[in-house]
Amino acid sequence: MFTWETLCSRWCLVTSHKLYSSVYDPNEKTFEKLLIANRGEIACRVIKTCKKMGIKTVAIHSDVDANAVHVKMADEAVCVGPAPTSKSYLNMDAIMEVIRKMGAQAVHPGYGFLSENKEFARRLASEGVTFIGPDTHAIQAMGDKIESKLLAKNAKVNTIPGFDGVVKDADEAVRIAREIGYPVMIKASAGGGGKGMRIAWDDEETREGFRFSSQEAASSFGDDRLLIEKFIDNPRHIEIQVLADKHGNALWLNERECSIQRRNQKVVEEAPSTFLDPETRRAMGEQAVALAKAVKYSSAGTVEFLVDSSKNFYFLEMNTRLQVEHPVTECITGLDLVQEMIRVAKGYPLRHKQADIPINGWAVECRVYAEDPYKSFGLPSIGKLSQYQEPLHVPSVRVDSGIQQGSDISIYYDPMISKLITYGSNRAEALKRMEEALDNYVIRGVAHNISLLREVIVHPRFVQGDISTKFLPEVYPDGFKGHKLTDLERRQLLATAVSLYVVEQLRSQRFLGTPRIPIAKSKRSSWELSVHLGDGIYPVAVSKDGSSFSVEVDGMKLNVTSEWNLASPLLSVTIDGTQRTIQRISRNASGETSIQFLGTVYKLQILTKVAAELSKYMPEKAAEDTSSILRSPMPGTVVAVSVKPGDMVSEGQEICVIEAMKMQNSMIAAKTGKVKAVHCKAGDTVGEEDLLVELE
Amino acid sequence: MHLYPVEKSLQLFPFSCGSAAPTVSLLFRVWLPLCLFLRRIITTQAISSFGGLQLLNGPSVADQGKLTARERILLLLDPDSFDEYDMFVEHRCTDFGMDSSKNKYPGDSVVTGRGRINGRLAYVFSQDFTVFGGSLSGVHAQKICKIMDQAAMVGAPVIGLNDSGGARIQEGVESLAGYADIFLRNVLCSGVIPQISLIMGPCAGGAVYSPALTDFTFMVKDTSYLFITGPDVVKSVTNEDVTQEQLGGAKTHTAVSGVAHRAFENDIDALLNLREFFNYLPLSNRDPAPVCECHDPSDRPVPELDTIVPSESTKAYDMLDIVHSIVDEREFFEIMPTYARNIVVGFARMNGRTVGIVGNQPKVASGCLDINSSVKGARFVRFCDAFNIPLITFVDVPGFLPGTAQEYGGIIRHGAKLLFAFAEATVPKITVITRKAYGGAYDVMSSKHLRGDVNYAWPTAEVAVMGAKGAVQIIFRGKEADAEEEYVDKFANPFPAAMRGFVDDIIQPSTTRARICHDLDVLASKSQSSPWKKHANIPL
Repeated sequence: MFTWETLCSRWCLVTSHKLYSSVYDPNEKTFEKLLIANRGEIACRVIKTCKKMGIKTVAIHSDVDANAVHVKMADEAVCVGPAPTSKSYLNMDAIMEVIRKMGAQAVHPGYGFLSENKEFARRLASEGVTFIGPDTHAIQAMGDKIESKLLAKNAKVNTIPGFDGVVKDADEAVRIAREIGYPVMIKASAGGGGKGMRIAWDDEETREGFRFSSQEAASSFGDDRLLIEKFIDNPRHIEIQVLADKHGNALWLNERECSIQRRNQKVVEEAPSTFLDPETRRAMGEQAVALAKAVKYSSAGTVEFLVDSSKNFYFLEMNTRLQVEHPVTECITGLDLVQEMIRVAKGYPLRHKQADIPINGWAVECRVYAEDPYKSFGLPSIGKLSQYQEPLHVPSVRVDSGIQQGSDISIYYDPMISKLITYGSNRAEALKRMEEALDNYVIRGVAHNISLLREVIVHPRFVQGDISTKFLPEVYPDGFKGHKLTDLERRQLLATAVSLYVVEQLRSQRFLGTPRIPIAKSKRSSWELSVHLGDGIYPVAVSKDGSSFSVEVDGMKLNVTSEWNLASPLLSVTIDGTQRTIQRISRNASGETSIQFLGTVYKLQILTKVAAELSKYMPEKAAEDTSSILRSPMPGTVVAVSVKPGDMVSEGQEICVIEAMKMQNSMIAAKTGKVKAVHCKAGDTVGEEDLLVELE
Repeated sequence: MHLYPVEKSLQLFPFSCGSAAPTVSLLFRVWLPLCLFLRRIITTQAISSFGGLQLLNGPSVADQGKLTARERILLLLDPDSFDEYDMFVEHRCTDFGMDSSKNKYPGDSVVTGRGRINGRLAYVFSQDFTVFGGSLSGVHAQKICKIMDQAAMVGAPVIGLNDSGGARIQEGVESLAGYADIFLRNVLCSGVIPQISLIMGPCAGGAVYSPALTDFTFMVKDTSYLFITGPDVVKSVTNEDVTQEQLGGAKTHTAVSGVAHRAFENDIDALLNLREFFNYLPLSNRDPAPVCECHDPSDRPVPELDTIVPSESTKAYDMLDIVHSIVDEREFFEIMPTYARNIVVGFARMNGRTVGIVGNQPKVASGCLDINSSVKGARFVRFCDAFNIPLITFVDVPGFLPGTAQEYGGIIRHGAKLLFAFAEATVPKITVITRKAYGGAYDVMSSKHLRGDVNYAWPTAEVAVMGAKGAVQIIFRGKEADAEEEYVDKFANPFPAAMRGFVDDIIQPSTTRARICHDLDVLASKSQSSPWKKHANIPL
C-alpha cells in the first residue's frame, strides 16, 4: 500500500541524481537475489542500489516493522521475529532459515546488527552464501581492540603511543611519559572509559598522577596495571573510507570529518574536512590502505583516526562495514559504495585507480533523530510521524530515510529519522543548502533535533571549521537551549506570528454561500495585539494592506508578505525582503501557537489588547510540585525499581532505572522522603512524562 | 456596552445651537428638562454597566479569578457588536428592604442582548455575580426569556454565560416561576436554535436544569460548579464529606458524570474557545451546516492511513489519528474528550463544511460500546441531525460491553439510544469501517441498514457476528482445530458485506478524505423524511 509515487520519486532521485557517476553495467553478471539483514534507512539504501543493478531483494523484518518502508521496497519480505532486536534482526537462526527458504545468494548486513559479527559471516560462508563485507579474518582482527592496534603498528600506521602494564615507581612513570611525549594520560588499566583518568603535562604531574592512579588501581580494581598514553588535545575525529577488492587492490576514498558528536555518537559529518591539507590527507589515506592490505581486506571499510591540533593523526579503529555517514563520500567521489561492495563480493576487481578518485565539491550530512535536543543534546522520543515531508524540493539534497508519514518511531530501534545530505560546489554552498533543507523539513508527531542541527551548522566556530569532538559541550556548556533570537529575529518572528493570527481571524469570518441572516462584514484593517513570547510581552500593531501586513513591533515597522496558505505545513514568508521558511506547528483558540523559526520551535500566545489586559485577572494555576513526584524523562522500559511504598529515600538515591535505545538512565529522588506510591514495575514500558513514583 | 452616544443625544435637541438662538422660555420649557432627562439615561446606563462593582464591599470578581459579566461579553462578541436589551429593568421585590434605592440596580443581575461572533448573529445573556450574587429574580428571568423568544423567532443561537448563586430568595415563588419560564423556552427552542451554556461560576439547585436542557454545557476549571445541592446539604443528608470541586467541579462533570461537554482553563480561554466552537454551528435548524473558506485540498491523499490499522486485530491504535489526518487542517473540536473515551465525538470540517464525527476508539476499552459511550454518541448524533450537520462515522467496534454492571445499568435501553439516534437521523450519513464491525454494534454504528448514505470499508474491515475465536467455539464447540482459520477466511474481511451491498465500496484508506469530500458535495441536496408523528419515543 506504499504509494508508488513516493517510491518512484525517491527512486528517481537516486537514479537520476547527479551525485552519482557510477556506471551500472547491465551485462555484468551479479547476484540474482540478495537479502538485506537490516532495517530502516540502510536497508532502503541497499535496496535502491540492488534495483539499479537488477538484483532481487529480500527484506527481513520484525512484527512491528511489517508495514515499514524497507519491507514495501523489497521484492520479498519475511518476518523473522518479535520486536526486540535480539529476537529479530539479531536472530541468526531465523535469518539463516529465511536465506535458505528464499534462496538468497548474498547478504548485505548494512551497519549495526550483524554487520560486524564474525559468527554470522562464518555461518554464511559455511552455507555458500556470500557476505557483502570483508572476510571473517578481517572482521575478527579489526574487531579486537588490542589485535587491531598491533596490526596497525606492524603496518606502520600511527597509533597512539602508550604503555599498558605494571609501572614500578614514579620515576619509571616519568620515563615512560617522556618517551611518549607530553601531555600524557594516566589511568588504571582496569578502569573503563574516562574513569579515574588524569592528564599530566609535566614530570611533576606525572608523579602525582602515578600515585593516585596506582592507588586506585590497587584499591578499586585489585589490578596494578596502569595505562599511560599520549593525551590528544582538542581531538578531531576524521576517518578514511577505504575500498578494497579480493585481488589485492585497495583505494582510499578521502576523508570524512565526524567531530561533531554527542555521547560518542556522530551528529554532523562532512567530506572533505576543512582541516586536512593534501599531504596529511595522502598520508592518512596511504596508511589506511596499508592497514587494509595488511589484513587482506576486501569490501568497503573505514579507518578512524584522531587528529590533534598539529595535524598528527593516530589510528583509533577500523570499522569493517558500510558507515552511516557513507553518503558524504559518495557525494564527493561519485561512487556508489553499495554497488562497489556488491561487485567486490562477487569477486570483481576495482574499476578505479587511486588517481581516479576525485574530491568534487563539498557534502554535509546531518543525522536527523527523533529525540529531544534540550535534554543532554538528545534523549530519545517516540511516537507516530503524524506529518512528514522531506525537503527534496531543495536542490542538491539527498535524504536517506526508511520511514514515511504515519510511521512509528518505537523504543525498540535506533531513533534516527533520516540522514539529510546536502551537496555544493563548495562548503559554503553545501551549508547554505543544509540550512534551507532543515527549514523545509516537516517532522510532526515526535520531538526531533532539527533545532540543534541548524544551530551547529550556522555556528561561527563550525563555519570556520574550528571544531573538535568536544564541540557541543564546549559551545553549550549548560546544555542546548535552542536558537537565541536576536532583536531583529524576534521582531521577524513576532511579525510573522501576528500576521498569521490576523489571517486566521479574517478567514474565520468568511463563510461561503448566502446565509439567511446576513453576516456583518468587518471593515477592520488594523489590529492591536499583545504577544507573549518567552518571558516578554510585546504590544504589536498590525495593519493589512492587500495580502501583505505592516507590523509595528518595538517602534519598528516590518512588512510581511506571503501566500498565507493556512493548511500547508511550510510557509514561505518575506519579512522586509528577507525570505524565511517557517512552520506553524500548532495553534488553538486561546491564541497559543507554536512556530518553528530558524529551526527552533517557539511558543507564543497572541491575544487582542483587551483580552491581554483582562488576562491579568486570571488565576495562576499552581504548578505541580515536581520534587515529590518522579516522571519518566523519555519513553523506555523500566529495568529496575529499587523502592516500594513506605520506603524512606534520601535525596539523590536511585529510585529506578529506565532503559531506552541502548541507554540506561538512573532516576534519582529529588528530595528526602517517604515513598507514597510506585506506579511502575520492572519490565513496564513507560512513555515520556509518565508518573513513576510519588513521594509524600 | 453602549453608552448613549453624544452625537445621537445632540440630535434629540429640537434646536441646535448653531441654527437659531433658542428663546428663554424654550430654554426652560424644553431644553432643560431634556437635559436632565438625558442625564438620567446616561447615568442609569453607566450605573447599570458597573453592576454591583459600585459597591465597595461587593464581592471582588478579580480576586476569584473571574471576569465581570460585561467583560465576558466583550471577549465573546466581535468588537462593538453588542446591542444590549433591558438596561433599565429593575427588580420589583419590596420585601426585606429590597425596595430601598441602594438595593436597586438598573439591569438587575443579568446582562442580555445580541451581538455577532465572527460576523454571525448570536443572542447572549451573562449573569452578573456582583449583583445579589447573580441570583435569579423575576425580571432577571424575564430578560433572559425576552432574548430567547427573539432568538427563536429570528433563528439564531442563544449563549448563556452562567454565574449565579441561585434563586433570589427574597422574591420567593416569583424566582421559581422565572426558572420555569426559562426551562420552558429551553425546551421549546431545543432543536430549533443551538443553545450553549458556559458555566463560569456557581450554578446550583434549580439553576442547573437550564444548562442541562441546552445542547452544550461548557465549564471553566477551578471557578465553576454545578450541583443540585451543595456540600453542606450533602453532609447533613448523607453524611458524605465532599468538596465543591469533587461534588460538581469541571473535572467531575467532564470525566465522571458527563454533565458538561468540555472544560477550559479560565474565563478567557473558555470565551475564545466558544467563539471558535460557534463557527461550527448553523444558526438554526433552518440553516445548512456552515461552509468556511478552506485551504486544505479536498482531494488530499492521506498516505499514512494505509498503514494505520495494525495487522494484528487485537492491537490498538488511536482513532483520533485517523480523524485528525482526514479532516481539514487537522482541526477537530472534540466534545466530551474525557468522558466515555471509548467513543470519540466532535466537530470538524471537510472541505470547509462542518461535519459531526463519531468514531469508536480502539485505544480505550477496545472501542466497545457501553452505557456511557452509547448515551454520549446518541446525544451528539441527535444534535447533528437536528441542525443539518452531516455525520461521518468511523467504525471499529468489537461489540457491546458484557457484564452484570452493564446489564444492571440498563445497557439494553441505553444502547438503544444510539441505535435510535442513528436510525432516525436524516442528515447525510457516511460510514467508514476501519476494522471490526461485530455483532449488534455493527448495526448500530450508522450501518447501511439504518439509512446510511455511503458506507465504506477499508481492506482491513471485518464485518461479522463476532470475533473468530468465539464464533468457532459456538459453531464447532471447540472441536475443530482449523475452523478458526476458516472463519477468519470467510468473515474477517469486508467481502461478505460488500457482496451483499451492505458496504458500497472497499476503498484504499489513503483516498478516504477525497471520497468523503466528494460524497458530501453530492449529499448536500439530500432530502429524506420519516413518517408523520408528534414526536418519536426515544428510549430515555
